[in-house]
Amino acid sequence: MIKNQDAVRVIDSKRNGALFVPTMNANNVHFGLPTVTTDQKHDLPVSGAMGKASSLALGLALAQPDKKVFCLDGDGSLLMNLGALVTMSNKAPKNLYHFLFNNGVYAVTGGQPIPGSGQTDWENMAKAAGYASVFSFDNLEDLTTSMDEVLASVGPVFIHLEVEPEVENTPVQFRTRPSRTVQQAFRELPETLGVR
Amino acid sequence: MTTHEAVLHPPALINELKKNNITHIVWLPDSETNFMYQMLMAEPSIDLVPVCREGETMAIAAGLWVGGKKPVVLIQNTGIFESGDSIRGLGLDINQPLVMLIGYRGWTRRGATPDSAAQFIEHILHAWNLNYYLIESDADADRIGLAIAEADRTQRPVGVLIGAEFGSE
Repeated sequence: MIKNQDAVRVIDSKRNGALFVPTMNANNVHFGLPTVTTDQKHDLPVSGAMGKASSLALGLALAQPDKKVFCLDGDGSLLMNLGALVTMSNKAPKNLYHFLFNNGVYAVTGGQPIPGSGQTDWENMAKAAGYASVFSFDNLEDLTTSMDEVLASVGPVFIHLEVEPEVENTPVQFRTRPSRTVQQAFRELPETLGVR
Repeated sequence: MTTHEAVLHPPALINELKKNNITHIVWLPDSETNFMYQMLMAEPSIDLVPVCREGETMAIAAGLWVGGKKPVVLIQNTGIFESGDSIRGLGLDINQPLVMLIGYRGWTRRGATPDSAAQFIEHILHAWNLNYYLIESDADADRIGLAIAEADRTQRPVGVLIGAEFGSE
């Protein structure tokens, strides 16, 4: 298994101008992108609409076809929006890379197992939905050495990551929040992209 | 005695969307607006993004908007009920100027409707403090432009209820 933030670091190290749409643990201050990002102005976190990171990333990928878009999704999140796999492959954005952080639990609510934890075959679900390429990694070394191959593949690409169930078991109002808010990111990204 | 024929035709709506430079329609088809489908498929200036469930539409639209495009969503009132968390989190909370075209299932000008989808939709929009317009005929189509202008001005979602007896051309 891979530590969340180790996976995020590896992905971030290969971003080369890509836009990031992280959610849940991938956007957690302790386990995710906010404290290790090397290009914050191109990050578009989503925390306010359950399970919709993949849909947000699809819209961004369609709007910015010349930029790679990396969605850092959670397994519990994707279960809430499973039809998005088909919506995504139907529009088939060539620049979309959908990373699924599979920790088997609802990490933000105390670590309860998600439905189908340990049974759901995410790789085959993505293949059956029509993703152009599907990868799966359960250790950091393979992820690290394969990233160039992953990013050379034409999207939509699904990358399944088996990660440790790191749980922040603190009431939501007492948690450390990323210093850059979701609202701030939505205001700033269009200026960064030069579209407003 | 003359009768008033209030009919909405696809070109009236689509021309209004084109006039306002709409780039994408994020859509789950419904019985109220299915008459637009063939014409939209043939319209090169507007990209259609079909979804599996209505709550996806606001999130996809948010991504398109933040990336510099000008989308609208087109769903049925039943889909609004399903989309609450997306409207809150990726509409209201991020100040998305999103126009939501909403098929008004159960709408009637003749009084009470037995359809709960019609009974509740305006109450739901009021609860979110979302303004909305009603379209019933081609003469009302410019209300789409008014809704788009209001969404841009207020940086909030705005509804357009399509409560039409529609024509086939």
